[in-house]
Amino acid sequence: MSGIDIELARLMATLMLVVSFMLLYQDRLAGLINAYALQSGLLALAVAAQAHAQEAPHLYVTALLALVVKGLAIPLALHRIVLRLGVHREIEKVIGVGTTMLFGLAVTMLAVLVVLPVTETAAALTREDLGFALAIVLLGLLTMISRRNAVSQVIGFMSLENGLILAATGARGMPLVVEVSVAFSILIAFIVVGIFLFRIRERFDSVDVHALDRFRGELP
Amino acid sequence: MSDLLLIAVLLVPAVAALSLAFVRDYRTGATLNVTAALLAFAASVALLLGDRPPAGELLIVDDLNTTFVVLNTLVGFTTSVFSASYIGHELDSGRLTPVLLRFYHAMYQVMLGSMSLALLANNLGLLWVGVEVATLTTVVMVGIYRTEPALEAAWKYFILGSVGIALAFFGTVLVYLAAQEVLGEGLPALAWNRVLEVAPRLDPRLLDLAFVFLLVGYGTKAGLVPFHAWLPDAHAEGPTPISAVLSGLLLNVALYALLRFKFLLAGNPEAFAPGPLMILLGLGSLWFSALMLYRRRDIKRFFAYSSIEHMGIASFAFGVAGPLANFAGLLHMAMHSLTKSAIFMAVGHVAQARGTQKIADLGGLVRTHPMLAVGLGAGMVAIAGLPPFGVFTSEFLVLNSAFAAVPSLAIPLAIGLLVALGALLLRFVQILFGEPSAQGEPVQAAVWPLVLHLGLVLIAGVVLPDPLVRWFQHVAALLG
Amino acid sequence: MAGLIDIFAQGLEMLLVVGLAPLLVGWVRKVKAHVFRRRGPSLLQPYRDLLRLFSKDALLAENASWISRTAPYVVFAAVWVAAALIPTFAAGLVFHWAADLIAIVGLFGLARFALAVAGMDVGTSFGGIGSSREMLLASLAEPAMLMVVFTISLFAGSSQLASIVDFVLAGGIGIRPSLGLALVAVAIVAIAENARIPVDNPATHLELTMVHEAMVFEYSGRHLAMIEAAAAVKLLAWLSLIAAIFLPFGMAPGPHSGFGAMAVGLLAWLAKLAVLATLLGLFEASIAKMRVFRVPEFLGGAFALGVLATVLLFVSRGL
Repeated sequence: MSGIDIELARLMATLMLVVSFMLLYQDRLAGLINAYALQSGLLALAVAAQAHAQEAPHLYVTALLALVVKGLAIPLALHRIVLRLGVHREIEKVIGVGTTMLFGLAVTMLAVLVVLPVTETAAALTREDLGFALAIVLLGLLTMISRRNAVSQVIGFMSLENGLILAATGARGMPLVVEVSVAFSILIAFIVVGIFLFRIRERFDSVDVHALDRFRGELP
Repeated sequence: MSDLLLIAVLLVPAVAALSLAFVRDYRTGATLNVTAALLAFAASVALLLGDRPPAGELLIVDDLNTTFVVLNTLVGFTTSVFSASYIGHELDSGRLTPVLLRFYHAMYQVMLGSMSLALLANNLGLLWVGVEVATLTTVVMVGIYRTEPALEAAWKYFILGSVGIALAFFGTVLVYLAAQEVLGEGLPALAWNRVLEVAPRLDPRLLDLAFVFLLVGYGTKAGLVPFHAWLPDAHAEGPTPISAVLSGLLLNVALYALLRFKFLLAGNPEAFAPGPLMILLGLGSLWFSALMLYRRRDIKRFFAYSSIEHMGIASFAFGVAGPLANFAGLLHMAMHSLTKSAIFMAVGHVAQARGTQKIADLGGLVRTHPMLAVGLGAGMVAIAGLPPFGVFTSEFLVLNSAFAAVPSLAIPLAIGLLVALGALLLRFVQILFGEPSAQGEPVQAAVWPLVLHLGLVLIAGVVLPDPLVRWFQHVAALLG
Repeated sequence: MAGLIDIFAQGLEMLLVVGLAPLLVGWVRKVKAHVFRRRGPSLLQPYRDLLRLFSKDALLAENASWISRTAPYVVFAAVWVAAALIPTFAAGLVFHWAADLIAIVGLFGLARFALAVAGMDVGTSFGGIGSSREMLLASLAEPAMLMVVFTISLFAGSSQLASIVDFVLAGGIGIRPSLGLALVAVAIVAIAENARIPVDNPATHLELTMVHEAMVFEYSGRHLAMIEAAAAVKLLAWLSLIAAIFLPFGMAPGPHSGFGAMAVGLLAWLAKLAVLATLLGLFEASIAKMRVFRVPEFLGGAFALGVLATVLLFVSRGL
């Protein structure tokens, strides 16, 4: 286990967290998709560094998946969908940017405060990864909550999932990580295809989950 | 031999799902679906009666899950029978197409198989995978009508379910971290029975944190308030067989997953007692849904809220803990599963006969459809927790154990139960005896699954079979 | 004798920061002009502008009070002192004992206050709008800057610039994510503080967008010259500050380290300034001015980065 890959893994995890904030900040779909692609690329690097540090070659599969599926294929598909469906380019937000960012900061601190004290015995890298991963998960959740647009909710979910993969690879020797990452990739592909096939726009005129609310009422 | 049975329980649905995807004729598909479900049920019964295979790193058969597997495959089988008689009508009315039906049947088997996988998993990661796959397939099934409300329900279910599943995964990673310190890296650190053996030596703080994530994660799947928002929509907008399976099985599986982790916490003396948290969620669910029951106008939503109520009661029971309460909780899960799926079968036929799900338009069922009225009425009496049905027994035991443990807790529970009972009786009278607003059409209903379920619940209410009691008692003692 | 060298070195620094500041401004403009495929004005043009302004009469509005008259000098003095405190080519000069990061932020704050008050003094709507916007930006930029100061001083164990320089020079830094975040945050704050694109445009007089120029609208002659000079010195001071904290390499350890070390330090400083100014020019050329109402979000980003940097520091230290 050499020092440089640990430094690299740490740096990548940090950058992923920063990209999570970019996701919160973005108000254009194209920017949001690109930021997600960037985060997936960083995840691939982080996982590759972890694979090297832990001497676990099977993790390279996960890294490759992150790069190819989540870093390239999905963003390209999403760009196409946005173009083809003519979804609004600007994202309607439920909460203002400033408030969201403040929430994001609070959530990040919460994650760090929750994870650090309970993982004293774990390796330093695991602790950091876990703290960042939880922050990324919670920020992904925040991204989902603060947007009305279905596509951006999906991106929030996928960013959340990036955090999960980071957590799983950060825990040394966790079994089934590769399988889970494969399952997640399939799931995501499923969702993206789902958006396309179900053509939510066709039925609702805009991919705006808020518009669906009127169907929920108990009254006719 | 027993190994083979174990594999059969999982393999039959997988093979069936694959072949169903290629069956063009929907009648053949339905028959094949029923056959596969019956085979899986037979295999699981054999598994229950035969010797237990030794626990592997991935799968395990123990007292806790055999009963649930049998229950699951049974309800899966009976619901497939109901589904066969249900879909014909949907096809006629044009809500489903033959292509969608192929898809529907394949997904149905995938769902049953993944739930069995979740139940039989020893590896905690595998448990998670099972629940995830089951959730995803139900998402697709809920959206299968492709109407606006159905898509909305599916989307909501998907988003909330995914978030829940994500948090549960994080909790699983934390459990692994705790176990890895003791058991070393690799598969054993996620094998439930191995982790349980070393539970006293695990870092309690990691376990505590993990359980909070797991509670929120799997609690979302189990429909506990305040994570329940997806549940009524998903029940109301999907095909009724799916509502039956959702309420009867998937909620149970989620709660079962939570129980597996509760074992671990119970095994560690320093970890916090999750009881108060579960009691709080349980009481919250009970109260909230009991009040909401009064305002529902859609019959499937009405029973969806009733499911939340019963999951709340079970969660409450496990929170109270102790052999009696745990026993009551397990029994309640089983009884609710049988009763609620029976109710949804009746509701499905009623809704088809009247062409509506609005409670206001369903009045006077006794006069228009006496057979269905008897079935639905019996189900409602059972689910309301009235004797002589099994739900009464389990609710009574929950109340009893709460009274024995913390008397002050029994009062809010009793009030919640009474409020819910009031709502159920109100609707009971309205649906069965009101003035019929429409005559409706006659239906070809497959009545015997309904009779079977309610019969079982009745037997459980009158004489609890001894083997069942022993099984549950054994498990209940383990749960702490 | 030692005292003399100290005083000489400090004096040299103070002269250099003032003397080089217009050149720096000219350099940034040259870079931008080059990117836009123009020849651009000569590098010495800012000097000529200042000389021309100094030689003209200062006109003041009729109802201007003493505030308008004194503000330019206060602004220039505060900025100059701040610039003198920041280690440029050598650490450990006479004034550097006072070079606390918080003091420097405070001096810049004083300059801004004086300018904002002067902007409102005459009572024109332009001045008022400029002052109000300047204060809005300041109220967002300063917390961000303080978060950065917080991170850096936690990191180095002191908010004294000289100790920070020593610490960074001495320690094997490695990859420090939190310092990287702090650098981005400080860059954003620097852009806002110096009224550069995308926060403000120093070259525009379009009333809807300007902030800094609106405040100094009423000034002319030597007053304006003082303010322009102060702005130039401020830019140089910020770039030096960034260079001192994040890239202190080549800096002479003190005034007594000999002529060679001083010369190296001086060259390194000039090179760093040139590089940073080029980067600034390129950045400005590549981006469009933001709407004023988006600026708070931009600065909020800096604040978020500052907080993140602090959090990360705790993470890597393990609380």
